[in-house]
Amino acid sequence: MGTLAEEIFTQRLGREVHAGETVVADVDFAFAHDVTGPLAIKAFEQLDQPVWDPARIAFTFDHVMPANTVAAAELHRQIREFCAAQGVTNVLAEGICHQVLVEKGIAVPGGIVVGADSHSTTYGAMGCFATGLGSTDIGVTFATGRTWFRIPETVRVNVNGEPAPGVQAKDIALHVIRQVGAEGADYMAVEWGGETVSAMAMDERLTLCNLSVDFGGKAGMVEPDATTFAYTGGRGREVHVSNPRYIRTLEVDASAIRPQVAVHPAIDNVRDIDDVAGTPLDEVFIGSCTNGRLSDLALAAAMFEGREVSPRTRTVIVPSSRRVYLDTLERGYIETFARAGALVMNPGCGPCLGRQHGVLGPGENALSTSNRNYPGRMGSPEARIFLASPAVAAASALRGAITDPAEVN
Amino acid sequence: MGRVYKFGSGISTDAIMPGRYNVTTDFDSLRKGCFIEARPDFVATVQPGDIIVAGRNFGCGSSREHAPLSIKQNGIACVVAQGFARIFTRNATNIGLPIIRCAEVYDAVQEGDEMTVDIRTGVITSGGRTFAGEAPSGVALTIMEYGSLIEMIKARGWAALEEANVS
Repeated sequence: MGTLAEEIFTQRLGREVHAGETVVADVDFAFAHDVTGPLAIKAFEQLDQPVWDPARIAFTFDHVMPANTVAAAELHRQIREFCAAQGVTNVLAEGICHQVLVEKGIAVPGGIVVGADSHSTTYGAMGCFATGLGSTDIGVTFATGRTWFRIPETVRVNVNGEPAPGVQAKDIALHVIRQVGAEGADYMAVEWGGETVSAMAMDERLTLCNLSVDFGGKAGMVEPDATTFAYTGGRGREVHVSNPRYIRTLEVDASAIRPQVAVHPAIDNVRDIDDVAGTPLDEVFIGSCTNGRLSDLALAAAMFEGREVSPRTRTVIVPSSRRVYLDTLERGYIETFARAGALVMNPGCGPCLGRQHGVLGPGENALSTSNRNYPGRMGSPEARIFLASPAVAAASALRGAITDPAEVN
Repeated sequence: MGRVYKFGSGISTDAIMPGRYNVTTDFDSLRKGCFIEARPDFVATVQPGDIIVAGRNFGCGSSREHAPLSIKQNGIACVVAQGFARIFTRNATNIGLPIIRCAEVYDAVQEGDEMTVDIRTGVITSGGRTFAGEAPSGVALTIMEYGSLIEMIKARGWAALEEANVS
């Protein structure tokens, strides 16, 4: 009896648990990346014991890949050395953790996943409970295979209605954040449902669950259905919402949503595109764990076909994984991007966190399909970051200013 | 007793420790990077025992533990905020950086004021006034009793939480 989060922990613990209880539970998988990983190793080594299960641990090289400084190279070296010593073979330098690990099948319905990255909420799209932790927590899980959880209350978001052309999962999530604020789901799980979510492909569900942390969510989740099990090839266990008690329920009419833009300096400073259209842009970034998947890049390629991006805007495109990169390549999108004058980078986090591949200077404006527009996130604290969907980003790259995709198609 | 450094609401871990400065596990490098862009005078002027007072959602965003570590390495005795983001709360607790939630104190104190915080009871005093912050409880209190998560696990493993039946 309960929400999806309660049902998953009830299955795991073999007794009924409810929101507010604190439990220690086994996890199915734990990971860290090239920036949080070394601190997790530092914590782990203080426990003086081997890893709990090398097959259920991964390290990804994505936040600074390939290394662009001696310091970054040294962190990568530390991780490789650790993994060799502990028998960890999931050392993955092929894109963003949250895309690569989904492709590897580590998240399945009913599972529990923890990662040393806040956007670990993404995996909840697979019908599992997944959350981000710090390095010390993950280091302890590497040793014990367990961690503690406070079973969260749940905010239910019911999305119904057919979105207008050019309106995507990103717009729906930003619309919700606009309603509830950046702390709207603090310490809670976010359960996404309704006809519109049921009709969504996995790419879009991943976007919703990814952005759940950006309004405080401890987890973002979609109840597993035929789409989920088709994606996992039948792996995972059935788990369903049963007479749930939600702390809050939101009803969203997707047909009424305009393309949304989160305006510097906060994720909840969201406007309809009409209010910010025409803002000149120095950089457009299409990629990230929020919106760097095949369907996102397909949409950008369709808009770029036979056109060139604005010469006043550097347009950076980063496929989220090697598989996405290869699929993009096979479909001819990479050539389309190159002919359009966009810069295509290797799979990874790209310029999202201001360390590589398009760092912003003072006074610059960027529009990004990523998830954070805090001052200084992508470079100079005097740069301004606008967050929007791939459709808005592609249209804006062509015009060199924030543009409603309907104007371009 | 320490002096107050006052910050607003929604202070992200990007503001505390920008992504260009946390490519390291060296604690002294992290100390030097604390608020390096958001508050460039912080590291040069902060004294051991000083206190950060902030608004809502302190430590939001990235899970980077480098952020609370950098604050701790600067000798901050406690962060008092109207609210803390979830992962920051866990990280601070795990590494032994005291944090106290208190709604009232934010509007009552100014930058540079003297302040005392009892990190066990949550009682805050400043300028002759007393404020009731939230005392640590549950898991946070248990971890605090051991000093850090690592010390707790080394001493008792997860039994420390399971037997305490914390909630």
